[in-house]
Amino acid sequence: MNNYKLNIGNLFLISGLVMLMAALLFGLLAAIIYLSPGFLKEQLGFVSLRPLHVSSAMFWIILSATGCVYNGLRITAKEQPSLNIGMVQWLLWLLAIAGIFSSYFLKKFGGREYWEFPPVWALPIALAWLLFVFNFYGLVKKIRKWPVYVWMWLTGIVFFLFTFTENYLWIIPYFRESFVTDMTIQWKVNGSLVGAWNQMIYGTAFFLMDKISGNKKTGQNNMAFAMYFLGLFNLMFNWGHHIYTLPTEKYIRYIGYIVSMTEWVFFIKILYSWKSQVNTINKHYHHFAYRFIMASDFWVFLNMGQAVLMSIPAVNIYTHGTHVTVAHAMGTTIGINSMILLAACFEFLLPEKTLPTKTLTISFWMLQGSLLVFWLSLNTAGILKGLWQLSEQRSSYSQMTESLTPYFISFFISGIILVICFTVFAVYLLKNSRKAITHLSELNHHE
Amino acid sequence: MKLKARHTFLGLCFLFLVYSFSIYLTPISEKKKETFDKTASVRGKLVWQNYNCQSCHQLFGLGGYLGPDLTNVISQQPMGLVALRAIIKSGTKQMPAFNLSDGEFNDLVEFLKSADAQGKSDPRSFKTSSDGMIESNE
Repeated sequence: MNNYKLNIGNLFLISGLVMLMAALLFGLLAAIIYLSPGFLKEQLGFVSLRPLHVSSAMFWIILSATGCVYNGLRITAKEQPSLNIGMVQWLLWLLAIAGIFSSYFLKKFGGREYWEFPPVWALPIALAWLLFVFNFYGLVKKIRKWPVYVWMWLTGIVFFLFTFTENYLWIIPYFRESFVTDMTIQWKVNGSLVGAWNQMIYGTAFFLMDKISGNKKTGQNNMAFAMYFLGLFNLMFNWGHHIYTLPTEKYIRYIGYIVSMTEWVFFIKILYSWKSQVNTINKHYHHFAYRFIMASDFWVFLNMGQAVLMSIPAVNIYTHGTHVTVAHAMGTTIGINSMILLAACFEFLLPEKTLPTKTLTISFWMLQGSLLVFWLSLNTAGILKGLWQLSEQRSSYSQMTESLTPYFISFFISGIILVICFTVFAVYLLKNSRKAITHLSELNHHE
Repeated sequence: MKLKARHTFLGLCFLFLVYSFSIYLTPISEKKKETFDKTASVRGKLVWQNYNCQSCHQLFGLGGYLGPDLTNVISQQPMGLVALRAIIKSGTKQMPAFNLSDGEFNDLVEFLKSADAQGKSDPRSFKTSSDGMIESNE
């Protein structure tokens, strides 16, 4: 391979797609347990399958977001990042992924909520991220007037490093001695870490819209910056809405509540710009990558509406500890993050503009439809569990779980359709991206 | 725009750091009910993590949803520690058997006692105030 022409961003995107396929496989296996409790119980069980699924999904998101930033930055700065540093960064990620997956199969866990693995594997990830910071800085200093997406990428990179480090404070006895402090910091991390990769991904959506529409002002206007800072403000301070029921300090819960309510601004903004959005959709609908951006807008609307309602403590008491939370986590990860990342994969990995074939179009709409059923099934199961939690005459936990079986069946069937549709896109992209490793495109897709 | 954006960014980062360090440096006040062995409970937290209990169970509603919330399992377990040990050692329809040593089991129990001592996780034990915030009835 001619190292000089290596597209390091696309190397990360392709690795991300492989991880997406792993996430689909492990997600499917984990979902079977909801219907057949004894499935793989002794070999892997939910205790290993859940982290295998979650970590694979995290790797899909983080590796792909890294690939998007590398590509976007190369095009914006009109210069290549250091390929040697990028390669070492990629190899460190491979080492971490191999180590983390082996740990799960050997039943060695970190035991934290959401993204967990034995702390030793955090070291190669942290090192890889430091190299990313170094490469990012090397290019970003050459850009004179930063569009909003460069700010968003910077925010994502800096806050990922901070919160990822913060995630391991529990190793120090001082931090884990207090149960409530430890739980508070753990959920501070979870909230901000998601916010960090969202900044990298939403920044990519801004960048792609700039390129697809050819309107360079999208990333420079005051409204874009106002929305960015509101997002940053929420990334920093809204995480308290995860822990309303935890007996932590009152001020933490109130800060989370008050800051979360500023998210209504995003919701109102979406409604306000609905008409112009429809016009933009009509204008770019034939552009296949754009359809994923369009889909992500719809899922932002749905999940944002749900998020602001769930952030009201009086509503949260009904949804907390139920599958509504899972619906929200999966709705945002699949509906928003994955849609934007697939759009980016089509733009960066396929040098030629993709014409929407019948298979791709059908897969696209089936993906959206099945995700809606998937999301509604989880929400319904969650609401029913919430009502059970608050009822005076409760049945047993296992009876309640059994009563949710119809919703788990529709969750499972729609999940299978989701897996098939995602696989169609992942295989299509991987099959057609052989040249992408050395292709340094400029994205000249203006209408 | 760049200058203004930089100032706003740095200002927010400063506030974020102040907020973060205020949480690190002032441990959250816990309800001090001397009903558990503090040292053993800290070890028990590591047992909870090593066996990845969080993937299926919740504490204060935070965790996985395959199994029940265990925040108050100690005070609400009508059959006591013998039954708890039997469930962990033998497993259930969904849960595999976990071969905990006696020391690990005792530490885990102390950890669960420490969680129990912090308050109730049952949503029925919360009341809603006029501003929409929820407070434990305790």
